[in-house]
Amino acid sequence: MSILVDRQTRVVVAGITGREGRFHALANRRYGTQVVAGVTPGRGGSDVEGIPVFDTFAEAIEATDADTALLFVPARAAADSILEAAEAGIALVVAITEGIPAHDELRVLSALRLRGGVRLIGPNCPGVLSPGKANVGIIPPSFFSAGTVGLVSRSGTLTYQIGSELDRRGLGASTIVGIGGDPVPGSTFIDILDLFEADPETELIVLAGEIGGEAEEQAAAHIAQRISKPVIAYIAGFTAPPGKTMGHAGAIVSGSRGGAEAKAAALESHGVRVARSPAAIAELAGELAMQAVPP
Amino acid sequence: MDLLEHQGKRLLARHGLPVSPGRLASDVAGAVAAAEQLGYPCAVKAQVPTGGRGKAGGIRLASDREQARAHAEAILGMSIGGHAVQSVWVEAGAQVARELYAAVLLDRGARSPMAILSARGGIDIEELAASEPGAIARLHVDPLLGLQDFHGRLLAVRAGAPRELLGPLASVLRGLYRVFASEEATLVEVNPLAVTADGSLLALDAKVTLDDNAAFRHPDHAELRAQLPRDPQEAMAAERGLTYVKLDGEVGILGNGAGLVMATLDLVAQVGGRPANFLDAGGGSKADAIEAAVEVILSDEKVRAVLFNIFGGITRCDEVARGLIEAHRRLRPRVPFVVRLDGTNDREGRELLRAAGLEGMHVEETMEAAARRAVALAGAQASARLKAVLL
Repeated sequence: MSILVDRQTRVVVAGITGREGRFHALANRRYGTQVVAGVTPGRGGSDVEGIPVFDTFAEAIEATDADTALLFVPARAAADSILEAAEAGIALVVAITEGIPAHDELRVLSALRLRGGVRLIGPNCPGVLSPGKANVGIIPPSFFSAGTVGLVSRSGTLTYQIGSELDRRGLGASTIVGIGGDPVPGSTFIDILDLFEADPETELIVLAGEIGGEAEEQAAAHIAQRISKPVIAYIAGFTAPPGKTMGHAGAIVSGSRGGAEAKAAALESHGVRVARSPAAIAELAGELAMQAVPP
Repeated sequence: MDLLEHQGKRLLARHGLPVSPGRLASDVAGAVAAAEQLGYPCAVKAQVPTGGRGKAGGIRLASDREQARAHAEAILGMSIGGHAVQSVWVEAGAQVARELYAAVLLDRGARSPMAILSARGGIDIEELAASEPGAIARLHVDPLLGLQDFHGRLLAVRAGAPRELLGPLASVLRGLYRVFASEEATLVEVNPLAVTADGSLLALDAKVTLDDNAAFRHPDHAELRAQLPRDPQEAMAAERGLTYVKLDGEVGILGNGAGLVMATLDLVAQVGGRPANFLDAGGGSKADAIEAAVEVILSDEKVRAVLFNIFGGITRCDEVARGLIEAHRRLRPRVPFVVRLDGTNDREGRELLRAAGLEGMHVEETMEAAARRAVALAGAQASARLKAVLL
């Protein structure tokens, strides 16, 4: 198994006629993902290398039974697109788009909470990859083989770095989930930890956090109470000065809150080992995997 | 974007909140003229985007012309939290009977707007939260509904505010929420919110943070941004569309992806160096993009070595190497470069760099080795504090 996406996932790509959307929709299809439709308002009736394009999500779902939306729409249109996908009956929305206003994210999240039954991953994220099964997003799949490590991260290239270090040590992944670097993510570490906990294929969970907010602190408490599988962590941003946004909109130490030291301390106080570099976390994962092998 | 007090107050006033009349001055003569016009007593207040102004002596009360002059002379040019004071806000004095605290902000933990009210204003709210959590009333607000009058009354009751203030406080809280929602702020904080001698409410301070991602919907906010003091290197980077944060070390850093760049900074500190900057070059591999980024890093004269850390996903490392070689030949940098390429076509990229035989160009295979090499080349002194924290 895996979480969120697999061979059965049927993807509709919003913004498929744009440069990014087209490139990644085709790359995801080449990987073996079922990319069944695209949505671009005003371009319905056309196709992108055989992938039919519709004006609306409702038509796309009607015609193709798509269940997962992958969004490459511009930031100013993204909230509209997420809400449209949800209303049309999509169960999983993966929003790659960066730069969505925080108030749009707040309204969308509130609407999705009221509706229920829709999971949003992102925005400002690299997407979800279940190696050997499906790639929904922009994660370069060549560095990852199928295995038993569940990887969840707020970052993009850092995730690839950690993932490839794991892979070099022979540790494949069940699923890699980028939850995104925005202040109001659709899914949190806790949501994904619960999915990995319930996934029989995942044996070890790697959490890659960064400065800003309190998602890592909340995850630490949740792990202690609810997660039985081993979890190890890495936190980026020890050297970040307060009050400065470090690239991701959500990566900011505000006054005394959101610093890397406090996050690492919270995780360690709940028994989660925190590695100090991408290579170190892969080594730690390797040690744990060795221990898990019965003699 | 953290606004200055007078900018925040302008937004508060726009949404009907009570603020005192005041004038901005960037020199002593202007401050004295403002004080003369407003009358005495008046407050002379440093305009810097940081807290702790009062403790630092950046807020002083003047009861006559000579005091106004002396205060303006003392405050202008003062440094508060690393910010040089370039202007003062001279504000009419108020008869304050008591001080409250009010705020509306984005609560990241709950991923929801939150309104806060406390009857204990004028002090550090984080300290109060630690020492007397019961003194702070909090309430989450559905962004689809907005803050209603009853929310405001509920907060006022929970905060233990006097009954005659229920109505006025509800009105102020709704006003703060209007600023939060209409201007797309992530923080609107008034501390202190004064109750004046005649029983009315008055915002004596304003701390407003606007969401940069919403700037496209607020063309009028560009003017506020233009008024903010900015580090020259950060301004140069912003013009080039780069995400750059200036730090105070010797190792210049460039990478792709915010998380990876932060991890690189941390690693440099762990091996005893001090990062000079954060720079996320994104997915650009063209020589022009690399050149633009390197120019920003090298405009900081403290930089003694530059560390490139690239993980090629969609971006191919051989393309990055070609861009880097071209940029290096054009710029002829005065400091050594350490390059670490990993990911798609990393071997080809490293080969290209070695074959180019550029002076001062060092190629490493791992992040650790690259960080050590860059730190050694920069000759940076170990930062004992960070080392203690990280190792």
